Amino acid sequence: MVERIGEKRKHKAQGSGIKNYNPLSPYLMLLPATCGLALFVVYPLVYLFRASFTNRSLLKPTAKFVGLENYIELFHSVEFLSVIKNSILYAFLFVSFSIIFALLFAVWLNRPGRIWSFAQSAIFIPYIVSFVTISLVWLWLMDPQVGLLNTLLGAFGVSYPWLSDTKSVIPSLVLVSVWKYVGYYMLLLIAALQNIPRDIYEAVKIDGARARTVFFRITLPLITPSLFFILVVSTTEALRIFDPINIMTQGGPINASSVFVYFIYEYAFKYFRIGYASAAGVILFLIIGVLVGIYFNMLGKRVHYQ
Amino acid sequence: MRGNKSMNIGSKRGAIIINALLLAITIAIFIFPFFWILSNSLKTYDETMQFPPQLLPKTPIFANYKAALDSMPFLLYLKNSIVVVALTLICQFLVIVPAAFAFSLYSFRGKGLLLTLVLFGFMLPQQLTFVPIYLLFGKLKLLNSYSPLVLPFAASSFGIFLLRQYFMGIPTEIIEAGYLDGMNNRQIMMYIMMPMAKSALFSIALVSFITRWNDYFWPLVMTNTQKVRTLPIGIAALRITDGKTEWNVLMAANMLLIVPILAAFSVAHRQIKEALIHSGIK
Repeated sequence: MVERIGEKRKHKAQGSGIKNYNPLSPYLMLLPATCGLALFVVYPLVYLFRASFTNRSLLKPTAKFVGLENYIELFHSVEFLSVIKNSILYAFLFVSFSIIFALLFAVWLNRPGRIWSFAQSAIFIPYIVSFVTISLVWLWLMDPQVGLLNTLLGAFGVSYPWLSDTKSVIPSLVLVSVWKYVGYYMLLLIAALQNIPRDIYEAVKIDGARARTVFFRITLPLITPSLFFILVVSTTEALRIFDPINIMTQGGPINASSVFVYFIYEYAFKYFRIGYASAAGVILFLIIGVLVGIYFNMLGKRVHYQ
Repeated sequence: MRGNKSMNIGSKRGAIIINALLLAITIAIFIFPFFWILSNSLKTYDETMQFPPQLLPKTPIFANYKAALDSMPFLLYLKNSIVVVALTLICQFLVIVPAAFAFSLYSFRGKGLLLTLVLFGFMLPQQLTFVPIYLLFGKLKLLNSYSPLVLPFAASSFGIFLLRQYFMGIPTEIIEAGYLDGMNNRQIMMYIMMPMAKSALFSIALVSFITRWNDYFWPLVMTNTQKVRTLPIGIAALRITDGKTEWNVLMAANMLLIVPILAAFSVAHRQIKEALIHSGIK
């Protein structure tokens, strides 16, 4: 992101290079894209806000303005409060573990040689495989009775309830999601590490700095923009999680893994309550917006430019 | 320090062994589930239920693949998946090329606002807007057609940004020479810009192929007939929530979903990695 802003400036002189042209042509060229964004980004968002103040339903053609009723009902619903709790717990664990492991893998595996790039590819592949496949195979691996994981743990005389217990279901889903996404975040960090000029390291080597000092004083500050970027994308990724919930747990056991998008999906398509589901959507939108805003604020203050 | 040279070498060797061991474990953790899918797709049902589970089937059987094809309208779903990917690529191409062209070469009123809109589209997850979009297509009587699976992805923000960046790297002199030769905008785009942005177009196509091919959420919410449902929906539906799931058949079906992705990865792994890195850091 930050790099982009830099690049934009660099290219500005070039970007306005064309002189004599029909003043309408750029607008004509942007017409299809603008229509797409208007129809599928702006319109749905406006609709979401407006519908959240109505009792719109899939079963009735008309809707009545109900003010804040949907929001009041949401915050009095035990189910929705546990959805907020589950989503935040899931997001916190997913983001923390993703970043920690991505950083560990990136620093560890960022070296030349076949075996290291093979390891990078192995970690990366789950990212490009469908979450359907990943949910299904892990569902089976995590089966409490016939699953392979408990068979292995059984050899040590222990077992874990995985998806079948209200306390272990979120950590289990986090495990699967981190397993899927960490390779991508690792790759972003490896790209950032490789952008650090070699001579910086050679200079500190001559100065005789210790490895740990080099990491915390040089490497980490220089990859902060990428870490912040990963913070933003992993938070969004975590808050929009749906596939493994729908395939592996259906929000269970007893709502312990029901998260925002699953809740919205259920209320819109199973109970047909568009207004109510939209209010939940607005709350999710605001949460994502506030978090991204906070991150960008931090980014502005903390980033070390090269 | 210098006196302990032999111990130093010993601990260095120890570190190498530990490193190699950790590397092997890490690779195993990420590869094993795929091995498990493959191995179980070749087992009999009884073998999949065997306790303790066996790593390999006694004699590999291929009947599960036939069963997977027969257990759902597989060819229909496959056709739908291919059609959705292909139509998405065509629509994206038609929308993002002129958009990136305009963004990179012209300065005009409202450019900043439109760029912000594109960035906003990039950040906004479709899991937030699916209900209004569903209702919109419902109103247009287009649900259960390919349109809701294709059109919302046409104005790809990632595609516009990546392509714009490539276009901006093309020296203006070349473009102006084109104009001097009497080329019009369409010709400049077709004969100058596009050939120079081939690798960006390839990257965008790869990312779109991977995300559309794998997608579960969008076709799930936008369709309710088999007619236009895609492969991931069909495969997820093979698991019976209450009752006996034939894991061997299910794993065979999943192999059919993974293989095209792995084939693409083995041919173009560098481009795929680079494209996805760009889809993040632009």
